[in-house]
Amino acid sequence: MSKVRVLVGTRKGAFILTADGKRQNWDVSGPHFAGWEMYHLKGSPADPNRIYASQTSGWFGQIIQLSHDGGQTWEAPGGGMTTTPEGMPKGESNKFAYEGEVGTHKWYDGTQHPWEFKRVWHLEPSLTDPDTVYAGVEDAAIFKTTDGGKTWKELSGLRNAKGHLWQPGAGGMAVHTIILDPKNSNRIYIAISAAGAFRTDDGGKTWKPINRGLKSQYELPDPDAEVGHCVHRIAMHPSRPDVLFMQKHWNVLRTDNAGEQWNEVSGNLPSDFGFPIDVHAHEPETIYVVPIKSDSEHFPPDGKLRVYRSKTGGNEWEALTKGLPQKDCYVNVLRDAMCVDSLEPCGVYFGTTGGQVYASADSGNSWNPIVRDLPAVLSVEVQTLP
Amino acid sequence: MIRVVLPYHLRNLARLDGEVQLEVANPVTVRSILDALEARYPVLRGTIRDHGTLKRRPFVRFFACKEDLSLEPPETELPDEVVSGAEPFLIVGAMAGG
Repeated sequence: MSKVRVLVGTRKGAFILTADGKRQNWDVSGPHFAGWEMYHLKGSPADPNRIYASQTSGWFGQIIQLSHDGGQTWEAPGGGMTTTPEGMPKGESNKFAYEGEVGTHKWYDGTQHPWEFKRVWHLEPSLTDPDTVYAGVEDAAIFKTTDGGKTWKELSGLRNAKGHLWQPGAGGMAVHTIILDPKNSNRIYIAISAAGAFRTDDGGKTWKPINRGLKSQYELPDPDAEVGHCVHRIAMHPSRPDVLFMQKHWNVLRTDNAGEQWNEVSGNLPSDFGFPIDVHAHEPETIYVVPIKSDSEHFPPDGKLRVYRSKTGGNEWEALTKGLPQKDCYVNVLRDAMCVDSLEPCGVYFGTTGGQVYASADSGNSWNPIVRDLPAVLSVEVQTLP
Repeated sequence: MIRVVLPYHLRNLARLDGEVQLEVANPVTVRSILDALEARYPVLRGTIRDHGTLKRRPFVRFFACKEDLSLEPPETELPDEVVSGAEPFLIVGAMAGG
């Protein structure tokens, strides 16, 4: 029987939740890396027992961790007694050095400010090679490893896409979304808060902003601004890689031509502010968001935690409330904290800043908490296993 | 033999129980101790000082013989008690965050 493994990153460690295909009874493992901020964990599609994790700390910086056995044991890929030919230790699995001249981006006061590496927000393993992984980092850049995380090299062409005009928002300036096109290995989409969405068609050498149609009238008075839009999350169904859905700071949008033009599909949502967005595993026009009241009040409208589902690719939305708290709920759901499995019916999962991880085994019709009292949840990923 | 005490999280990261003992050639300095420590435990690279600049991370402090050495130049020679192993070199996660 199939089973699922949910990888949860929190402010104070990582947790691994497993269940059989019914998704009713769960085993909870963790905390792994107790006390560390675990921004993201993700398994390799090519080797599901290979899991990469971003472990960070305001004190001790960035660590990359790797498991070869589905999260039971971990190692820092370059952290052992590896040596260069000269006999010096390498220990470069944690090293994210910007390529060439560091360069500058726009700072809060309008001046230019040097890029400074802070942490890895998102790890996206290759669809075909378990040793290849992309890392989205703060300050915004994308790195790639082809040796299983031992060393990382920046794809620096991204910062040439008007990087000098990018300006951090309140949450920092990070590449938080990386989407690999399953039909075109040279095409990658990424998103950066307060900078926008970008696409490469040559494997990461060059990138272009894909933000036409995004409206950010208060933050960006120029309606034709190519960069500066606060994109919170992008999602894609693998069967239609030219169709993307976006939760922006305000507004939910879609594109049908790989980002060349976006159109708003917020429709009847109670608020079009939010963070995560995802697509049903078997229905490419079924999408999920979690409306949040506003950017001033990062909690659900009316204290009701509701996932909204559209079965029409946007515009027409229905509230999914069964099993979710419908009063006195003031948690947030962060951008990397929602995912879907590929079982039938499709499972949907999300984690909250209040430490709950909710699961739906029926495409969102009903929900149950897997765990209720974890540290604030930063990310949730699920693996569907044979 | 130089004795080094690491903070809890770095001991876990390096899978250590208790102190580290390192052979460090004279002159024994903050820099030479950190070089030897990172050579033994490469996973600690970048956690105590920056990968590139080798500057101490802001919320990491160095102590020895009840003295705060965090702001001393990295080439500063350490007290005889540290060199002889009578006293440990302490790497501490600063109390920060409120």
